[in-house]
Amino acid sequence: MDTVKSTFTDTTAAPEGAALSGERTVKVNKSGFNKQNLAGWLMAFPAFSLITLFLVIPFLLAFILSFTNQRLMSPNETEWVGLDNFQDMLGLSTFVLEPERDVSGAVVVEDGETQFPRLRQFTRNNPDYPNLDGKRRWLTLPWFNDSQFVVLASDVVFMKALVNTVLFVSIVAPTQAFIALLLALMINQKLRGVNVFRAIYFMPVVISIVVISFLWRFIYDGENGLLNSLLQFVTFGAFKPVDWLGNPDTALGSIMAMSIWQAVGFHMVIWLSGLQTIPKELYEAATQLGANGWQTFRYVTWPGLRNTAILVMVVITMQAFALFAQVDVMTRGGPLDSTQTLVYQAVQRGYGKQDIAGGSALSVVLFVFVLAISLFQRYLTREKN
Amino acid sequence: MDRYSKLSLAVRYLLLIWVALIFIFPVVFMVVSSLKPDLQLLQDSTSIRAFLPVGDISLDNYREAWERVPIVRFVFNSLFVTASTLVLSLFLCSMAAFAFVFLNFWGKSVLFSIILATFIVPFETIAIPMLMLVNNLPWIGLDGFEIGWMNSYQVQIIPFLADALTIFLFVQYFKDLPGEIVEAARVDGATWFQIYARIILPLSGPIIATAAILKFLVMYNQYLWPLMTTQSDQYRPVMVGLQYFFQMNTAWGEIMAYLSLITLPVLAFYLALQKAFISSIASTGVKG
Amino acid sequence: MTNTFSKQQSASAMKRIALAAMAASVSCSAVATETLSLWYHGAGNPAEMEVLGSIISDFNASQNDWAVEIQSFPQNSYNSSIVAAGLSDNLPDILDVDAPVMPNWAWSGYLAPLDIQEDQLAGFLPGTIGRYEGELYSIGFWDAAVAMFARRSVLEKHNIRIPTLESPWTKDEFNSALANLDASGDFKYPLDLGMASTGEWYSYAFGPFLHSFGGDLMDPSVPTAEGVLNGSAGIEFGEWWQMLFEQEWTPGTSQDGGDRETGFLNGDYALQWNGNWAAPAALAQFGDDLLLLPAPDMGEGSFIGSGSWQFAVTKSSDKQEGANAFIQFALKDKYVAAFSNTTGLIPATESAATMTSDYAAGGDLEVFYELSNEQARNRVITPGYGVASLEFEKALRDLANGADVADTLDAATDAINDDLEKNNGYR
Repeated sequence: MDTVKSTFTDTTAAPEGAALSGERTVKVNKSGFNKQNLAGWLMAFPAFSLITLFLVIPFLLAFILSFTNQRLMSPNETEWVGLDNFQDMLGLSTFVLEPERDVSGAVVVEDGETQFPRLRQFTRNNPDYPNLDGKRRWLTLPWFNDSQFVVLASDVVFMKALVNTVLFVSIVAPTQAFIALLLALMINQKLRGVNVFRAIYFMPVVISIVVISFLWRFIYDGENGLLNSLLQFVTFGAFKPVDWLGNPDTALGSIMAMSIWQAVGFHMVIWLSGLQTIPKELYEAATQLGANGWQTFRYVTWPGLRNTAILVMVVITMQAFALFAQVDVMTRGGPLDSTQTLVYQAVQRGYGKQDIAGGSALSVVLFVFVLAISLFQRYLTREKN
Repeated sequence: MDRYSKLSLAVRYLLLIWVALIFIFPVVFMVVSSLKPDLQLLQDSTSIRAFLPVGDISLDNYREAWERVPIVRFVFNSLFVTASTLVLSLFLCSMAAFAFVFLNFWGKSVLFSIILATFIVPFETIAIPMLMLVNNLPWIGLDGFEIGWMNSYQVQIIPFLADALTIFLFVQYFKDLPGEIVEAARVDGATWFQIYARIILPLSGPIIATAAILKFLVMYNQYLWPLMTTQSDQYRPVMVGLQYFFQMNTAWGEIMAYLSLITLPVLAFYLALQKAFISSIASTGVKG
Repeated sequence: MTNTFSKQQSASAMKRIALAAMAASVSCSAVATETLSLWYHGAGNPAEMEVLGSIISDFNASQNDWAVEIQSFPQNSYNSSIVAAGLSDNLPDILDVDAPVMPNWAWSGYLAPLDIQEDQLAGFLPGTIGRYEGELYSIGFWDAAVAMFARRSVLEKHNIRIPTLESPWTKDEFNSALANLDASGDFKYPLDLGMASTGEWYSYAFGPFLHSFGGDLMDPSVPTAEGVLNGSAGIEFGEWWQMLFEQEWTPGTSQDGGDRETGFLNGDYALQWNGNWAAPAALAQFGDDLLLLPAPDMGEGSFIGSGSWQFAVTKSSDKQEGANAFIQFALKDKYVAAFSNTTGLIPATESAATMTSDYAAGGDLEVFYELSNEQARNRVITPGYGVASLEFEKALRDLANGADVADTLDAATDAINDDLEKNNGYR
């Protein structure tokens, strides 16, 4: 916003500072704002109109489609279905599941575990519970009197995708930004041959993520993968091989680690371009004042990186929300939906199941969700100002 | 140099090298594997042999990949599409960013907000509406007027000329530039376009390099969109070509050879940019 | 190759311009050769493209009305390419289609029924004939088949009976064979199902197991999946399937593609469920020791999947007559045999089989022709197949990873039925 202010003062201050004829400066003064209007539109219009045509309009189309039953290919007429697609995706119910009781009314316990009736007898074709029909268990919490409090969702896969996506973003974004900054600081040293290292750190970025994902399937292999071999070698055989991508507990983490590794070089480059903009004189002054490394970073480097930091965080966050290729190549959402993500689901629905309407509805939800987050982020950064 | 700083230098290099190993291994794996026959490649992939050019080493995979896929055609297509998009996109986006930062015009904040919002839309989710759209757009080419852009270069270029990320990169960078330069130029009677082209752009080396490499990577690795819109080898890019290797029996060695070949232009582009990028910083003496 | 290709391209472009100019100037006076466009999934498969190319040049030389021009697409993404082209009204005159997908394309109005006489289909393997709603929409030159790859020496060493087409392994026999092989400790896994593969492999290769238990993806006549996929037969299948992974008798969903390709050849896996395309490598490795065995019988018969790539004519084509003429021309035995000899796939007719090296009597792969003829069963014929197949794949993956059997099959059933409902039962 500073720049907006400065351009404003520019137009009003110009006449006084200008050593030109009075007539001309008056002219500028009078029509300055209008001229900026024209110039601004002329310069912003080409990019804006392209974005409107190729991003805004397709998105609006998707938005409209999300209220229909449009299929990718179908001889049937498209119909308006209102909010059906959203209800199918977001519908939630709760239910208290009573444990099995024997004739005396005591809770049945087998092998130390309280026995519960199958949820499917309530959710499948049971006219007594129309609100549960077709829903599936998403979360289970212990409840009073040995019963269970169950949250059922119309679309459990969507809910898991949502949670996984949020988890992915909230871990990958800060970690990647931080590691990238460390690398940038390392590379920013005045050392012989540092450019070679800069190029090497950038290498994973150069290779398409699809290809990287293929290579890492070999690395993560549960039996004879390189990672397991390496860990066993380092621990002298004490390490028990892990099926990284085949275990629901490690699959998402493995994809996170690979994603961080792959793109960190790119963000290092963005940090570097930010670091280059900090005037050398400031560092010289800091050295003269006897500042140590940390102090220099804290009071010289970091304040100079503010805009870069916002940039890096926004870019990483958006890229993380779009997580797709890694999942598609490495796990296809599994095992047990532990790596489902929103974009993967949107694609799966739109193309795989030819349900354009459902896929579009998911995109709309994703959009609203991310928009809310970025508005919140913006609000937070505003406050600090 | 005293002992302490020698030691610290050694530690620094060790650290740099250690980190380098972490980043370089898939490239080594890729190149080394491209020299091995399929069976050996797969057997080696479980051990340190994956990184060593040992055993039955030859360039056979390169020859076979060359016969399977019109590599030159695909690389040319990709480079043509990428380069055209890159040049036009950097121009259009930096100009728009210039307007957003230095100019005050009616509707500016609405326009900018809309652009930023499109950043949130992952391409995969709007590809089909976009397909319907480009199929109804007119084009005047060598064959005269026609409707629909399928199977062409323009369908791979024009939709990607402007994007929120590139504009945003420039905006964030321009915000750091001293406003006084612009003011001074205005006073000297320069037009806004002159200020953009003669003053701001020459100061933007680092960000142009960053935006260029990002755009290059995005465009060069395009897959889903060209898959949907190209119907002949004449227009297909390299990542669609990669699909040619996934037959009933995946030709791993050839894939590695193909990947090694198609990665070369990207590496070359990055290294060239890195050089330009460093000299541009040196020459502008950095802004402040 | 690249150069010639682009030369061909520009030459054909020139030709097209010239043709257009001619058509414009002469208008309707003379009958000129009309171009038929053909799309094929064989990009990156030079041998296959060459056979098809020679058929096309024979056809083009045989008459003056039509000239076929081919465009090839990578197989992995072929369906997406066709759907994208269909959406934008860009389909060619002739295309090839994967058998189980055909009903969807026919229903969507992409395909026109073929104009081929019934008697011309005599002698074709059942899996090569694509019918939907009583109409013939597609016809294939070849089929593929799946077999249980095994080694005679291994089975004999562990006292396992070698099954035959007449008496395949029963469920118990198969299970105890696996237990036996597992207990020997000679192998990493007694069985490899190919979980590393993705997509259609699951329905194609494992759907027949479900069918052998008495279940299916759905009943297309109602249509519904309720009680068919998640009925008692389905649940029995699901429990058996899950047991294979619980016992660690077969690698799970995280198997990498490399292990799939090398595991049987280097002796890590005792048995492997694989297609005829993998047979040449196995034959080269084990020679006479290699056995290609029929599917086990889980109670309701012994089945394998059938239906491979087939040719069809598009509804949007205004040259359907020519398109049909080409397909009829190409169905000659000599072309069917030529295809088989190049690709190793199973020739569609017995008369063509005798002309091939592998599938003639005494040929190395003859057994696949029999398997295809005896055990092959089409995947369920419905436009809803694509979704059902995806859901089935997801269910099988989830089960392999330990999900509850009934709940998982219920979820798949619901998803399939939702899709049926959204499409008015594909009517």
